[in-house]
Amino acid sequence: MAEETKSPAPPPDPAAGKPSGSVEPVPPANQASPSAVPKPAAPPPAAAKPAAPAAPAKPAGPVPVPWDSPLVASLKRTYGSGIREASTYLGQNYMIVDSAAVMDVLKILRNEQEFDYCVDITALHYPQREKQFDLIWILYSFARNERIRVKTEIAESDSFPSSTSIWPTANWLEREVFDMFGITFEGHPDLKRILLPDGWKGHPLRKDYGIIQQDKEWVQINLGIESGQ
Amino acid sequence: MLDYIKSYLDMNATPGQAGNVFWATVYIFVVFGGVSVAVMAMNWLERKALAHFQIRLGPMRVGPHGLLQPIADALKLLTKEDIIPSEADKFVFWIAPLIILCASFTVYIVIPFGPTHAITDLNIGILFMLGVSSLSVLGVVMAGWASNSHYPLIGALRSSAQMVSYEVAMGLAVVSAILMTSLNKTGTGTLSMIGIVQAQQAQQTWFLFKFFPLGFIAFGVFAIAMVAETNRAPFDLPEAESELTAGFHTEYSGLRWSLFMLGEYAAMIAVSSIAVTLWLGGWMRPFPNALAGETWDLVFSLFPGFTFLALAVFCFIGVARMPKHPYFRIQTIGLAGFGAVLALIGLILFAPPVRDRIFDIYWFCIKVAGFMYLYIWYRATFPRYRFDQLMKVGWKVLLPIAVGVLILTAVMGVIF
Amino acid sequence: MTDPTTYLSHLELGQPDKTFLDSNELIINMGPQHPATHGVLRVILKLDGEKVLGTECVIGYLHRGVEKIAEHRTYTMFNPYVDRMDYVAAVSNGLGYCEAVEKILNVQAPPRANYIRVILAELNRLASHMLWLGTHALDIGAMTPLFYTFRDREEILKIFEKYCGARLTTHAFRIGGCQYETYEGFEDDVKKFLDFVPPKIDEYEELLTTNRIWVERTKGVGYISGEDCIALGVTGPVLRASGVKWDLRKAQPYAAYSDFDFEIPIGQNGDTYDRYIVRMQEMRQSLRIIRQAIDRIPEGPIMAKIPKVIKPPVGEIYHSIEAPKGELGYFIVSDGSTQPYRIRVRPPSFVNLQALDLMVRGQLVADVIAVIGTLDIVLGEVDR
Repeated sequence: MAEETKSPAPPPDPAAGKPSGSVEPVPPANQASPSAVPKPAAPPPAAAKPAAPAAPAKPAGPVPVPWDSPLVASLKRTYGSGIREASTYLGQNYMIVDSAAVMDVLKILRNEQEFDYCVDITALHYPQREKQFDLIWILYSFARNERIRVKTEIAESDSFPSSTSIWPTANWLEREVFDMFGITFEGHPDLKRILLPDGWKGHPLRKDYGIIQQDKEWVQINLGIESGQ
Repeated sequence: MLDYIKSYLDMNATPGQAGNVFWATVYIFVVFGGVSVAVMAMNWLERKALAHFQIRLGPMRVGPHGLLQPIADALKLLTKEDIIPSEADKFVFWIAPLIILCASFTVYIVIPFGPTHAITDLNIGILFMLGVSSLSVLGVVMAGWASNSHYPLIGALRSSAQMVSYEVAMGLAVVSAILMTSLNKTGTGTLSMIGIVQAQQAQQTWFLFKFFPLGFIAFGVFAIAMVAETNRAPFDLPEAESELTAGFHTEYSGLRWSLFMLGEYAAMIAVSSIAVTLWLGGWMRPFPNALAGETWDLVFSLFPGFTFLALAVFCFIGVARMPKHPYFRIQTIGLAGFGAVLALIGLILFAPPVRDRIFDIYWFCIKVAGFMYLYIWYRATFPRYRFDQLMKVGWKVLLPIAVGVLILTAVMGVIF
Repeated sequence: MTDPTTYLSHLELGQPDKTFLDSNELIINMGPQHPATHGVLRVILKLDGEKVLGTECVIGYLHRGVEKIAEHRTYTMFNPYVDRMDYVAAVSNGLGYCEAVEKILNVQAPPRANYIRVILAELNRLASHMLWLGTHALDIGAMTPLFYTFRDREEILKIFEKYCGARLTTHAFRIGGCQYETYEGFEDDVKKFLDFVPPKIDEYEELLTTNRIWVERTKGVGYISGEDCIALGVTGPVLRASGVKWDLRKAQPYAAYSDFDFEIPIGQNGDTYDRYIVRMQEMRQSLRIIRQAIDRIPEGPIMAKIPKVIKPPVGEIYHSIEAPKGELGYFIVSDGSTQPYRIRVRPPSFVNLQALDLMVRGQLVADVIAVIGTLDIVLGEVDR
């Protein structure tokens, strides 16, 4: 299933692969599976570039393996099916938790399990899915020198409680998630756009954000001419 | 008329004392012209020296080694648009730089370049200098107020607070030097500038070294206070660009701004000459009694000539190092000419009649030039004091030290 | 559980009991164009006379949408973009990105490539700290160290230029290793540099470390405690100066750092002076690492075997390195295609800048600039 829309030999056109001037949403063409659990997809057998000879079928790549640890065990005991998955992929531990349980899990991780450093909070957008957004916390524990990721899924219209009461560093991190994805956080002391100007419309890192359309609109309003895109 | 002019030449007093208006006017023109040239030279020296401290070259293009840069700057400032903020108080805006300029220049009438080489010799000379130079604070406040913008206002308030605070320490240090003038047989001191240097001559020591280390500490207090008084690094927070407020002269452009700079450099030279007069022996040559005698007098009187010859040698070295390219021909010729002029002046200064008249002025100017170099050195080396630390240094450090030195000087004066 | 109001950076809440239009308060804008803020940063200060009651940082003037661009480039195409984020220390950005992609591809760069990476990354750390020192000293008023540090930084940039052709945005590494073999004379150049630089660092220290004015301007200014640093996610020399001994090069070593013997300098009081001392010592430790690396650099290939078309399997990875400014992390989500599904850059300057409000509360206006300088932020990284 060679996907020619995204040709690997990069064409000089920076909007690589996209038909120019179109306003359509740009879903990732070969979304491996709509579910949140990353399954190892068998990598496409041959490179699409005509010059390279067809490589033999690669051995199966790394697979997420279940992650057993006292931490996971205790969380599973408390939250049961709330912890949907706890796996290790390429040596990095992560957990997928239900959105109802995730705030409690985060609090437990911070207060009892010493994950006192919130490295990052970010999000992913899967427009094909029913619950479109993935919220991801990357946490680190100084005491244990351990890093984990906690992931949850929320729907587009959902707002989510803010983690600023757990880690103050979440203040700007959540503002950026709000700015880029449009996920509102309840209880955030100052939820407003951080990187984009205050009057900006739209949330750029969503997959259905039309850059070309934004450009055309801005140019039309501010310069009164047609954008050449 | 000619007799009037000639009659002064036989007298042994300053024109002011002699009441000779003609020569007083001549002296005024000479001194003020000299100060203006000195300010321009100081501008050039500052840019070059600062650049060399910072391992770069400074102005090199306008005239050989940037020697014509101050002239270019002056012309540029003269031809700039004169912007006055619309809501500004026009009269006050106009007069503020003039006040600073007048205050800074007026003090030059009592500066003693020699025993009779001053425009006049008020018997309250030092008091006059301190008082008139304090008037520049008024100009600063007026400039900040008239600009009608709160950044210059804050800058002006800070600047004036700083200047006023350090004047107290300055004054006390000056008083302790004046005390030392009274340590003669009659027990009377003098406030006249020429009198102070003559007291040093009579006591055969620079006041810097008197009652060591008291004179030294008093000098140190004055040296620090004078840097703060003139808003120079490391006390230049009110003027610094990287702080929030850009200073009281933000809204001034072109000629008006250049008047501020002129006033600032003139004030620097003025307070340096106070320091030189009070502690460094004014126009006296170094080691007046340790190396006394005719031959030593001769040796030291050759210094002016040698200084100019050394400067000429520097110029010729510069000529030799100029790139040999047609574009540099004019610069090379210019620098060679400048060096030739300096050499000529040096040779003239070897001639005995000139030598005898000039050596007082020379020693005075050389010491003031040393202070100017120190100003530039401080600017290159030190970070800036924060405003509260600046005020703390002025009130909590310098003032007690100055008071202490004063008391100790008085005590020592009584004992000895 | 921490009291959330302790860390608020919102202007109004800096002094909850004072009304907004209290007559003593003044709101001053340190606008995006300013000689001291190291880039386009806007800081709104609420002042009571000279004292700072609260600050609010307005960022985003340099936002270029790097993460959005990443979704439309292949992994190799995105490599040059990464340098432009922290443009002062471009090599470490590239290192983090290449290592992250190598991780998701599950390949290891060969040892020689790792040693070259370490040498260039440490040179880059030196260059970044030198620039920091020069600009920080300039903000505080000492004009001269700027020129000295830039002159010495030239030597590093010359080495970069000889190696990969660029001084600033170096694009030095490739996914899988290094593209360029070390040029002839690289070792001599680096060794000459190692002899040339320590007296220069001594010179900077001589100018500043015991200078009374410098000490007064920096001691006690911008204090932040270790717990506050951890709570606010602050990393890098700021964290180390507050007493927390943590460095990713030791805690989770990457790229051959486990082969070298070096120390992590820490400070006791988390003030500006300690951050200055920590960075100066880090410079010396970097020299130590480079010396060990250049002596022991192994022979071998410089590029691992990676496919011509980089199509990582579906999955997510987070990899972070110790950039000169702090923990620089890359969170890469792959959907199996040649273009990443999402690349998230965890910028150290962005998270460190959050701490500005806490550090300047109660201090004077002149200290705000000193603190911005000591945080060592680069707006390209803050805004991406």
